[in-house]
Amino acid sequence: MIVTELAILVLAAFVGFEVISKVPNTLHTPLMSGTNAIHGIVVLGGLLLMHEAHGVLEHALLVIAVMFGTINVIGGFLVTDRMLGMFKKKPDPVEPAEADSTGAGAGEEKK
Amino acid sequence: MSTLGTVFLQSTSFIDAMYIVAFSLFIYGMSGLTGPRTAVRGNKIASVGMVIAVIATLMTRHVLDGSSTPWLIALGIALGTAVGVPAARNVKMTQMPQMVALFNGVGGGAVALIAWIEYRHHFGGDFPLRVEIPSLFAAIVGSVSFWGSNIAFAKLQEILPGRPIKLPGQSAINLLLLLVAAGSAVLLAAGTHSQALFVLGILLAAAVLGNMVVLPIGGADMPVVISLLNAFTGLSAAATGIALNNYALIVAGMIVGASGSILTNLMAKAMNRSVPAIVAGGFGGAVAAPVHAGAEGGTVRSTSAQDVAIQLSYARLVVIAPGYGMAVAQAQHAVRELERALEAKGVEVKYAIHPVAGRMPGHMNVLLAEADVPYDLLREMDDINPEFSRTDVTLVIGANDVTNPAAKNEPGSPIYGMPILEVDKSAAVVVLKRSMASGFAGIDNPLFYEPKTSLLFGDAKASVSEITAEVQAL
Repeated sequence: MIVTELAILVLAAFVGFEVISKVPNTLHTPLMSGTNAIHGIVVLGGLLLMHEAHGVLEHALLVIAVMFGTINVIGGFLVTDRMLGMFKKKPDPVEPAEADSTGAGAGEEKK
Repeated sequence: MSTLGTVFLQSTSFIDAMYIVAFSLFIYGMSGLTGPRTAVRGNKIASVGMVIAVIATLMTRHVLDGSSTPWLIALGIALGTAVGVPAARNVKMTQMPQMVALFNGVGGGAVALIAWIEYRHHFGGDFPLRVEIPSLFAAIVGSVSFWGSNIAFAKLQEILPGRPIKLPGQSAINLLLLLVAAGSAVLLAAGTHSQALFVLGILLAAAVLGNMVVLPIGGADMPVVISLLNAFTGLSAAATGIALNNYALIVAGMIVGASGSILTNLMAKAMNRSVPAIVAGGFGGAVAAPVHAGAEGGTVRSTSAQDVAIQLSYARLVVIAPGYGMAVAQAQHAVRELERALEAKGVEVKYAIHPVAGRMPGHMNVLLAEADVPYDLLREMDDINPEFSRTDVTLVIGANDVTNPAAKNEPGSPIYGMPILEVDKSAAVVVLKRSMASGFAGIDNPLFYEPKTSLLFGDAKASVSEITAEVQAL
């Protein structure tokens, strides 16, 4: 079991390295914010443990943990979306060669 | 409750299958986030993955057992939504960086709390090492991330001063704290099951360590630090996943940990800084060299909006170098107006975008895009630097450190080696500034004392509007 989990861990690390291999400066901040939202997945830990909790302290800590995780997830995705909203309806800044073909498509996205 | 359907839906295989769908969506969404055209969709895809992961977890057998459990879960989610949604919706564009820091911090906090609960459950009983070690790791790293992020937030929000704060013997203290946290962890793992050791030794030492590590780091390096702490939180989430036997947590946490460390490196490289140097900046006397005070006592030349308007109108090429001041004053629309007014007079206008102008990479692009400035006018640092020598006037709007020639000329300067916009090469420089206060890094800027530089004091938005009016009146 632990070996399987470590294998998954290592493979996930390589996926993570690979996905971010090249990214324009402009997108550093949204990308950081987006990955930030993804690690909010720890909220699952709070959900999984809630039914095993005993006593007021554990319940209170877990409610706070779920709250923190939820803030991380929802806030993270919303903030990222707001940042990226600034890029919509604009032609492609990084690959100007493709701007003609993609500008129209990007413009059609909802406001 | 025990129909065949429910049994199937609650089976581990089905839940795991949903997790696989969820983290596939994370990976797909994240790869979308690396391109400007696919970024918006990528973010949405990742958020769908998160919804699936949460639903899968809630469907897991026993998770909703107990009369109060569903309500407590609902309470936590409701509180989180009540805090997170307005915070994310109402935050100003200028405050995005600290918001990201805060969201990252609460994520780290959640990790630390979950590790604490996990420890309490196994306390005194059966605590296999494969659960215990990742739990302890998660407790330390999550706690460091929580407190470190809060300090980063406080610094960016200017609750704390942005300049480095250091105690004498800082490195010794940090090392000691790390030893206390790690030592407690080792003792616990070796079988000394003690509640106090866990809470005091690990959570508190890690908390103080988080404070201590981030406090000495200067404001200008903060984006890199936030990204680093983001990677930390990812790693600690992955550790929690191992402790809880949850594949979704392992994969999502590790991907964030890995991509976050790459991203941290990319950001540091954009500033020509190395990550160890930034973090170590807080650890020792490496940056003890005093700031060269040569520019002090020099005189600055202040100017009027009318003079600037004339200067700009008769130029051939004007480069606008925006910085945090433009963001604070929300001057981007006014700047766009000025650009149009100048273009109407046949002046060529370009924008020089330093990768870390403002307080986050991409900050300026976001603001100027909001004001409908065409992308082809935005030039990245490496493209625009050769052009300064043929620029008639460079208009620096609330940028400071990213234009500071000390980064090139003064080896003693804390920002020495950081690539800058070489605005000092243009024929004339006009700087719009609120006051003579130094930039976020807390360093004086010799540029302001150069004979070809003139300063226009005041709120950036008001100044730009005034200049625009004068240009149009000419």
